[in-house]
Amino acid sequence: MAEFEPNIVAFVCNWCSYGGADSAGGQKLAYPANVHLVRVMCSGRIDPEHVVAAFREGADGVMVMGCHPGNCHYRNGNHKALRRFRLFERVLIQLGIAKDRFELEWVAAGEGKKFQEVTTAMTERVRNLGPLSITGNVAEEALHV
Amino acid sequence: MSKVKAAIYWCSSCGGCDESIVDLGERILAIREAVDFVFWPCAMDPKYSDVEAMADGEITVSLINGAIRTSEQEEIAKLLRRKSQLVVAFGSCACFGGIPALANLKSKEGIFDRSYLNSPTNVNPEGIVPLEHSKTAEGYPMELPRFYETVYKLDDVIEVDYYLPGCSPNGDMVANAMGAILAGKLPPKGSFLLPDIALCKSCDRNATKPDSLTITEFKRLIHVQADPEQCFLNQGILCMGPATRDGCGYPCVKGNMPCTGCMGPVGSKDQGARMLSALGGILEGESEEQISKVLDGLPDPAGTFYRYSMSSSLMGSKRKENNP
Amino acid sequence: MSNLIQGNKISIDPITRLEGHGKIEIFLNEAGDVDKAYLQLPDLRGFEKFVEGRPAEEMPQITSRICGVCPGAHHMAATKALDAMFGVEPTITARLIREVYYNLHYFEDHILHFYFLGGPDFIVGPTASKQERNILGVIDKVGVEIGKQVIDIRLRARKLIDEIAGRAIHPVLGLPGGVSKQMKTETRDTLRAFVKDAVAFAQFTLKVFDDIVWKNPTYRELMLGDVYRCESYYMGMVDKNGHPDYYDGNIRVVDQTGKEFVTFAPKDYAKIIAEHVEPWTYVKFPYLRDIGWKGFVDGLGSGMYRVAPAARFNVSSSMSTPLAQEQRLIYEKAFGGKIVHSVLANHWARLIEVLNNAERLAELVEHEALCAPEIRNMNLCTPTEGVGIVEAPRGTLIHHYTSDANGIITSANMIVASLANVAAMSMNIQSAAKAFIHKGQVNDGLLNMVEMAFRTYDPCLSCATHNLPGKMPLQVNLNQIGKPDRSLLRSSDGSITETRKEATHG
Repeated sequence: MAEFEPNIVAFVCNWCSYGGADSAGGQKLAYPANVHLVRVMCSGRIDPEHVVAAFREGADGVMVMGCHPGNCHYRNGNHKALRRFRLFERVLIQLGIAKDRFELEWVAAGEGKKFQEVTTAMTERVRNLGPLSITGNVAEEALHV
Repeated sequence: MSKVKAAIYWCSSCGGCDESIVDLGERILAIREAVDFVFWPCAMDPKYSDVEAMADGEITVSLINGAIRTSEQEEIAKLLRRKSQLVVAFGSCACFGGIPALANLKSKEGIFDRSYLNSPTNVNPEGIVPLEHSKTAEGYPMELPRFYETVYKLDDVIEVDYYLPGCSPNGDMVANAMGAILAGKLPPKGSFLLPDIALCKSCDRNATKPDSLTITEFKRLIHVQADPEQCFLNQGILCMGPATRDGCGYPCVKGNMPCTGCMGPVGSKDQGARMLSALGGILEGESEEQISKVLDGLPDPAGTFYRYSMSSSLMGSKRKENNP
Repeated sequence: MSNLIQGNKISIDPITRLEGHGKIEIFLNEAGDVDKAYLQLPDLRGFEKFVEGRPAEEMPQITSRICGVCPGAHHMAATKALDAMFGVEPTITARLIREVYYNLHYFEDHILHFYFLGGPDFIVGPTASKQERNILGVIDKVGVEIGKQVIDIRLRARKLIDEIAGRAIHPVLGLPGGVSKQMKTETRDTLRAFVKDAVAFAQFTLKVFDDIVWKNPTYRELMLGDVYRCESYYMGMVDKNGHPDYYDGNIRVVDQTGKEFVTFAPKDYAKIIAEHVEPWTYVKFPYLRDIGWKGFVDGLGSGMYRVAPAARFNVSSSMSTPLAQEQRLIYEKAFGGKIVHSVLANHWARLIEVLNNAERLAELVEHEALCAPEIRNMNLCTPTEGVGIVEAPRGTLIHHYTSDANGIITSANMIVASLANVAAMSMNIQSAAKAFIHKGQVNDGLLNMVEMAFRTYDPCLSCATHNLPGKMPLQVNLNQIGKPDRSLLRSSDGSITETRKEATHG
């Protein structure tokens, strides 16, 4: 039987975290093929709706990655992301979707190693959780947690 | 000129949407000139079998309110779909799940346990619960529709042509919608019968918003008395206006209570995501601790943002045929 | 109305001209006479469970969605439960505003029931044809002008409710210790003008009842006879003077002779009331705990009790306002005593309550504190648990919540007024079915008389079929399986022509 391969979508900001992915590539630090990148200009651009859409379209886990606080290319876009997504995490818990399926992380352009680490860890965590099943009722998803 | 045939049906509903048709007042007269209500259980005597006897497409428009909670409601929704040319999801329960869809944060088992087994007044040592097939004490066989695990919205079980949100839609909204249907002046199928604008556009407290609105602390109404003129968000009181469709005349705000989102989402299908997006831009807090403290002032975000729209939330039901 | 006779069973599905879903199953014996009849309620939503986790202050608005016809009753019960839970009394002004709102709600809700819903069976006649058994038939009897007045007075009440509580369907008003909005002096002025007309209209409606219903020997026989009769215990809320009070008080229960069984405070409801479960219906059956559930029987030994207008009269000594009390004395004399077991008496008692509401509004509107700004008592205690009870138009309504220290609901138990009447309804339906259905012979009129047993208890939705004959033409199409389509056209001169088409379906 084929082992479950999770689908991870990672929204990455152009200036930092995408740079981090690039660094990882340049240093030949492999990160799981499960992770599909969506590059945007700033983590502040990510609407929770994009994350919701990713989950509904088949992602088993979603990441949002931006510049470290204080270093946002647009000054405070990542702060907005931080506020939005900390609240989003609380909603996810109430909806019975395992908190580990979503991660907000800060990765700088030169942090190839960190990029490798966080994406690998995420993939493994979600692999252990199993596929996300959305059936409309919190109890059903909670069975997978 | 032959009259249009209309049906009005309630699924898992409180009856408020049917009551809203009563509140049309005098306007129902103009509607009655053009419309025969051929099926309306709350107000008229035709039964299910009378609908079954009609030809497919014989009913011009069915206005269906209420969420889909049981097999009977799904069955009648499908019956009316077959017999109707147009189906309107009438009211927020049919459009988004409504208040009954808050039950999706619980399980059927939990609901049955609380309703029939464990509560301060239940006396039920045998642990009896309602069953689809059972017998009365005298031995007569009885049937009940199945109570689903999930509360669905109407378009999870049938194709819906138009959506009229509201809990319940007010007299003006109903009159305008009926007028558009009768005149054949309808937007493309699948549309809402109200514009895609947020409540804040109409609200007369909008003018009191500062250029830069920031929330440093959420205030609950148990702790504060709301100023009757100022924008609620500016007072730190959560108001769903930014994520809610306009068109209701904001009566709650006029009653000095914040909008709770009963008209459903605007600009998107996911009302919670919309509100999260809006709040992210106006919450204060730099550090994790600061942000956490502000967010602690919102004790029930999922129940607050999706109060009327849980069936169309991230967790919401996909079309029922995909689920057991 | 279609009569689905399958084997030995007649199903009335769904029951109509009522709020909520329901089905009646009538089982016949070999001779074609009725053996048993049951009323099933096939819907459940689970409010008692899914309010867990919600902030307490949201309960008045969430629980009002239990019913769109009397959302105000749930809103008020929830608000009072919050008062109890947070250990706070509403300010004088808040209490006045709540009572004004509530009496307005009662007034328009009761009027709706009489003219649009339950009333037609009665005013028009129990075996009148289907096309007459609705507001049109009522208007035929009372006339166009009255019809307009009915719509008008009701809409005026609803508009006042809009001004006081934001909106009529699912109001926004109640908060622990108060209300959300101060009453404007303009609103009070509108209310003052309304009240005069309301009292007059209530008196007029009682006269309509007398002329059309009570003076008709056939209807009187139904009201006084044995078919629609039930000798249960009775429950209702009373004030300290023994008058029915819809908003506040203790709850009194009397037995079939009128002797007091118990009077209890809201917080003690669970000691007095228990609920029974059957597997064939989604609703539970409340009963008096100490007596016990004995099945679908009435009498001293059965814990069944009933609520709603006639029950409220049975548990109370007199009305709180003079004109209503005058009318009540006439009612008591007509039924031969203070304790009335007639099920159809609810129709009359309801109208006396309408007068009581109007008179009470006349008192409240003159209170000097009505428009004051002190609308909130902010001295809330840490919440734990609270019970709020009101008399809904349909009967005693109980909301019981527990919460954590943060004011998040941890549990809820609600006993909705109609539930207390469901067992009695079932019994009355059976007795009506036995009386009217013999040897398997059924028709539309007979089945309607079975449904009448249900309708007298429940005010509910109506249809604004207030087409006014004499001014506008109206066409009513009747589609019934197996029968030719019938079309009734009421022309603008008031004459009615009927056309029949060949059956196109069925």
